[in-house]
Amino acid sequence: MNEPIDRREFLKLAGLGGVVFASGLAGCASLGGAKRDDFYFVQLSDTHWGFKGPALNPDADGTLQKAVAAVNALSFEPDFIVFTGDLTHTTDDPKERRRRLAEFRDIVGALKNRNVRFMPGEHDASLDNGQAWKELFGPSYYSFDHKGVHFVAIDNVSDASARVGEAQLEWLKADLAKQAKDAPIVVFTHRPLFDLMPQWDWATRDGAQAIDLLMPYRNVTVFYGHIHQEHHHTTGHIAHHSAKSLIFPLIAPGSQPKRAPVPWDPAQPYKGLGFRGIESAPGKAGYEITEFPVAKA
Amino acid sequence: MAPQRRRLLAAGLAAAAGILSGARVLAQEKVIRVTARKFEFSPSDIELKKGEPVVLEFTTIDVLMGFSLPDYKLRTDIVPGEVARLRFTPDRTGSFEFVCDNFCGEFHEEMSGKIRVTA
Repeated sequence: MNEPIDRREFLKLAGLGGVVFASGLAGCASLGGAKRDDFYFVQLSDTHWGFKGPALNPDADGTLQKAVAAVNALSFEPDFIVFTGDLTHTTDDPKERRRRLAEFRDIVGALKNRNVRFMPGEHDASLDNGQAWKELFGPSYYSFDHKGVHFVAIDNVSDASARVGEAQLEWLKADLAKQAKDAPIVVFTHRPLFDLMPQWDWATRDGAQAIDLLMPYRNVTVFYGHIHQEHHHTTGHIAHHSAKSLIFPLIAPGSQPKRAPVPWDPAQPYKGLGFRGIESAPGKAGYEITEFPVAKA
Repeated sequence: MAPQRRRLLAAGLAAAAGILSGARVLAQEKVIRVTARKFEFSPSDIELKKGEPVVLEFTTIDVLMGFSLPDYKLRTDIVPGEVARLRFTPDRTGSFEFVCDNFCGEFHEEMSGKIRVTA
C-alpha cells in the first residue's frame, strides 16, 4: 500500500471525493502511547435493496451495482469494506426478506476486496428479531482487531424497539474491558447511539448506556448510517459520523417538522448518494473521511 | 424490600412520571382515544390545552406499536389486545411531533402525528 500522504494527495488531485472531513478529537492530537498503523477502509450504508420508488430513485435496481463498481475502481485497495445496515428494504414476507438479502449478498459478491463486514439495519432485522439476517450473514454484533484498532459492531436494530439490550450491553462491557483506556476504538452501528432526532426515530432507546460504556476510552469514533446523509456530531470526546445512503437521501435533521426523503433530481442524478473512504494515519487521533459519489456526474 | 413497599414505590415512580399505565381513568379526566394501525395514528392531529390534564388512551388493531412524544419525554408500547394510557398535563404551548418508535413495517417511518398545545 502507498504511503498515506500519497493516497490523500491522490484523492484530492483526482477530484474523486467530495468534502474531505478530518475527524479530529478536540484537544487530543495524538494517540499518546497507543500504536496504530496506517490503514484505509470503505463504509457503505443503507442500500435498501428491493426498494421501489421511481420518484426517489428510478435506478433502484442498479444503484448498488454502480456503487460496487465505484468501490472496485478505487485506485487504492481498502483494507476492508463495511456495510452499516439497511442492506435491504423491509418486507412483511419472510421469504421475500431472505430473497432480498441473498440477492444483496450476490451483488456485493462482485466486490474485488473479499474482506467485507456486514451489519443489519432495522429494515433487515426488526420484523423477525434479526433471524433471516443472521442466517445469511452471521452474528449481528461482534468485534475484531485490525492494525492496532479495536472495531466493535453494535446491533441496535434487531430489537424492534431500537434497543441494544441488556445482553449486548453486558457483552460490550466485557469486550471493552480487555482494551487499554487509550486504545483506538472504532464503533460501527446503524442507528445513531445519541438522540439525534427522536421525533424522527433517529435515536437508540438505550444508546446512552452504550455511550456510557465507551466514555472511559479516550479514542473512540463511531460510524453509523440510518439517516441517509453525512452528519458529524460529538458526545463528549466521542465523534459520531453518519454515512450517505445508496438509495435516496433524507432531509437534514430538524430542517422541517416531518422527516422526508429528497426527491430524485433528473438534472443531477444520484445527487446526495455515495459512500466514503476512511483513513487512519499513524500517530494521529481521529480519521480522515473522503466522500465519494456513487456514479460520476 | 417488602412486596407492599415495592408496589408503593413503583406506584410513586409512575405518578412522578405522569404516567398511568393500565389503570382506571378518573371520571372528570379528559380522555383522548388514539388507535394505531399500520401505518398511522388516528387521530394524528391532537389539540390540547395548556394546564389541562389529559389521558391519552392507545390501542392497536394489528401489530405491536409504540407512541413516543420526545418533547415531553413520554412514551409507551401499544400492545395488541391491551389498552395503554399516558396521563400528563401539557405545560408548554406549541406543536410537538409524536412518532411510532417500534419498527412496524415498510412505512413505519411515516407513522407520526402532532400534538398542538394551545393556551
